[in-house]
Amino acid sequence: MDRKKKTGWKRHGAQALWALLTNSYLAGFARGKIYQGKLKNLCVPGLNCYSCPGAVGSCPIGAVQAVIGSWNFKLAFYAAGFLMFVGALAGRFVCGWLCPFGLVQDLLHKVPFPKKIGTFRGDRLLRKMKYMILIVFVILLPMFLVDVLGQGSPYFCKLICPAGTLEGGLPLVLMNGSMRSALGWLYAWKNILLLITIVFSVMIYRPFCKYICPLGAVYSVFNPISVFRYRVDEEKCTGCGMCAKVCGMQVDPAEDANHPECIRCGACRKSCPVKAIH
Amino acid sequence: MSRCQRTHFRRLPGVILAVIGLMIMGFGIYRGEMTVVLEKAVNICMECVGIG
Repeated sequence: MDRKKKTGWKRHGAQALWALLTNSYLAGFARGKIYQGKLKNLCVPGLNCYSCPGAVGSCPIGAVQAVIGSWNFKLAFYAAGFLMFVGALAGRFVCGWLCPFGLVQDLLHKVPFPKKIGTFRGDRLLRKMKYMILIVFVILLPMFLVDVLGQGSPYFCKLICPAGTLEGGLPLVLMNGSMRSALGWLYAWKNILLLITIVFSVMIYRPFCKYICPLGAVYSVFNPISVFRYRVDEEKCTGCGMCAKVCGMQVDPAEDANHPECIRCGACRKSCPVKAIH
Repeated sequence: MSRCQRTHFRRLPGVILAVIGLMIMGFGIYRGEMTVVLEKAVNICMECVGIG
């Protein structure tokens, strides 16, 4: 096994460990119930549905929508401050190392497929969609599309999020008989979206992170100024292009080492023949 | 400017934003947003799992 592959599995090990740590209420999977302790006051940095039977923390995107959609608060300072704090420290390092749904996509992309798709026409434009999803489904709809009590639904979770279906919907429905009897069109719709995400993840590296994820959209804004970030030693860099070639997110680190799309996976660092990326 | 100073200078905006983030978080906790998050998180979110 070469060094690059070894590093990839080291990262997957860290991702798996973090996913296990933040979903350590294993009894929940057996009982078809969720953890109800005080730890759920706290947000976790990655996209981790709080209705996952194992989840011991709260999804920050779910938390933003819960507060914005509540009748008494319309601005989510707690979750927004948390996102700002994590983003300013690490940027999209969270996407590369701490997001359970990122790990799922990473592993799916290892499934052999005749022609893996790197980039395509419209790829760059499509990547802007995650910002639109953040503004419309996470902020505006829960804020303004409200019921008579002034409460808005978490529209991103309800209509889009495949992580919620995979981590919460499937295990709960599987283990909980009363939930099985309540299934309807929404469940079918969300499973179709999950299936599409799975199929595309085999062909394209992290399609959900690239085009849909509002959490990645928030962290991407902080990528260029975050405390933990990459630096290219211009004196050492030979411009060989190896780093850009190995990047699954189609970033050219020699051009912009802290591009909003960089998930800090470290593939570029390991591939650099002159060790110019720090 | 030495290399070490340059590195510190580059990191300054991130540090400042992280501190501001902490303060915003603290304000949210102060006005009771954590209770809303906890209430949502300890009950099965029907919308999240695709039922409600």
